[in-house]
Amino acid sequence: MTAIKTLIRYSPLVLLALLWEALARLNIVDSLALPPLSKVAVAWIDLIRDGELITNGEASLYRAFMGLLLAVLFGGVLGMAMARWRTLDIFVNPLVELFYPLPKSALIPITVLWLGFGDGSKILLIFLACMIPVTIGAYNGARGSEQVLVWSARSMGASRMRMMWDVVMPSALPELLNGIRTGLALAFILLVSSELIVSQQGFGYLIGYLGSTGAYEGMYAVVLTVAFLGFAADRLYQVLMQWLLRWRE
Amino acid sequence: MARVEDQAGLAAAEADISQAGARRLDLAFRSGAGVFSVLLLLLFWQGFAHSGRVTPFMLPSFTVVLTYIKNDAIGGDLWINLGLTLYRATVGFLIAAVGGITLGALMSRNKYIHWFFDPIISVGFPMPKIAFLPVIILWLGVYDVAKISIVVFDATFPVVTATLAGIAAVEKELLWSARNMGASERAMMWQIVLPAASPQILTGLQVALPIALIVEIIAEMVMGGYGLGGAMMGASRFANSPGVFAGIVEIAVIGFILIKAMAMIRRRLLIWHQEAAEPTTA
Repeated sequence: MTAIKTLIRYSPLVLLALLWEALARLNIVDSLALPPLSKVAVAWIDLIRDGELITNGEASLYRAFMGLLLAVLFGGVLGMAMARWRTLDIFVNPLVELFYPLPKSALIPITVLWLGFGDGSKILLIFLACMIPVTIGAYNGARGSEQVLVWSARSMGASRMRMMWDVVMPSALPELLNGIRTGLALAFILLVSSELIVSQQGFGYLIGYLGSTGAYEGMYAVVLTVAFLGFAADRLYQVLMQWLLRWRE
Repeated sequence: MARVEDQAGLAAAEADISQAGARRLDLAFRSGAGVFSVLLLLLFWQGFAHSGRVTPFMLPSFTVVLTYIKNDAIGGDLWINLGLTLYRATVGFLIAAVGGITLGALMSRNKYIHWFFDPIISVGFPMPKIAFLPVIILWLGVYDVAKISIVVFDATFPVVTATLAGIAAVEKELLWSARNMGASERAMMWQIVLPAASPQILTGLQVALPIALIVEIIAEMVMGGYGLGGAMMGASRFANSPGVFAGIVEIAVIGFILIKAMAMIRRRLLIWHQEAAEPTTA
């Protein structure tokens, strides 16, 4: 029963795919601008077979993962420290507020200027951009942790570090995880666009390369792959979030 | 004879007043510290650039960057780039806002429209839609229409989701009483549903605005031409690092102004809502 329901729910996507195929096959739109979906699927299999999609994909996912991981570590610690330590809050908060509205894509040329065209500049870009939402999430979450719990932990002899880990961190977790989710979406956007602009490897590079050589079926295949991966990463993350927060009522 | 309760009340009132005073003092102190730490950052930038630890190519000093911006402003290029970026980002954002709210409202009213768009929106929202940029270029070229289209494509999703969620959360009692008093479907939408959902719709717009700016800058960087993103990319190609840093300063200022303006508009529009009475953290 649920299978049928899911089918009905997602059938518009199937309709769109059929419409795409029909538009291209019946030459209603230029088949160069919109190659049939079936040909895109064939191109996708070819790209998997000759390993191009895999090697470029690995490079991209490595960059996104490292950048996001650094952002979670630094941003999480900074946000929680700001929430507990007033002096730090007073001086760092304005800087966070200053950088929060910065359209993060403006950092792309700067990171290239500093670290060149390779992995380093992409990781730095994703780290800098994702750190802001993670920091804000950790900060807001940790500020909401109950002072009474903190006091009890301290009076029962918990060290500052232990108190942070056992009391502040769990209560900050829901908002911290939301901040990381924003970071995850941002990581994908910046990854693909920075690779589109300057790169010698990665999904964005492959899209640009296939597009410039006129291999549009392949280009569509990579575009859809990236879009799907972004979607899948978000859904997986939601599952992880629910699992991490399962102790909550 | 004064009763103890009165005194307690008085004490509480006094505590309230002194607390409000302390909060105001704290706020003043905080904004002072804010200006201070931003100045400190700029000073650090300037000092670090002159320290000899980095080449002027890696980090031109802040004064060099300011001079660059000034010359750009006198030469007129700054205003062309600024105007074009603002024009495309705001037009794209406004189309996304109107289209997104309309689609969200239609989806909440009609179950067929809801059936068709629901999976598209829920699957499309978390996708990195910027990956479709080369497809947009293939279809629409590299000029204003293409740049605005990718902004619309990206910024519409959060608006639709927020509108749907906002409308779904409208209290049933409000709808019942309005219908009871003979409101037409049209009047219900404009006078009850949309106003009641407006806090969430505005939140959606506040999510969409930074997306619009981010995407506009990327589109300009990829497609080239005039605009702040294009200018930054051009400077980067010619290894003109003051130009690159001038770009980031200009873009940061634009982002700051637009996002603060949006928050101000929210406060004005929702002056009637209970959230306006709550203390803000921002």
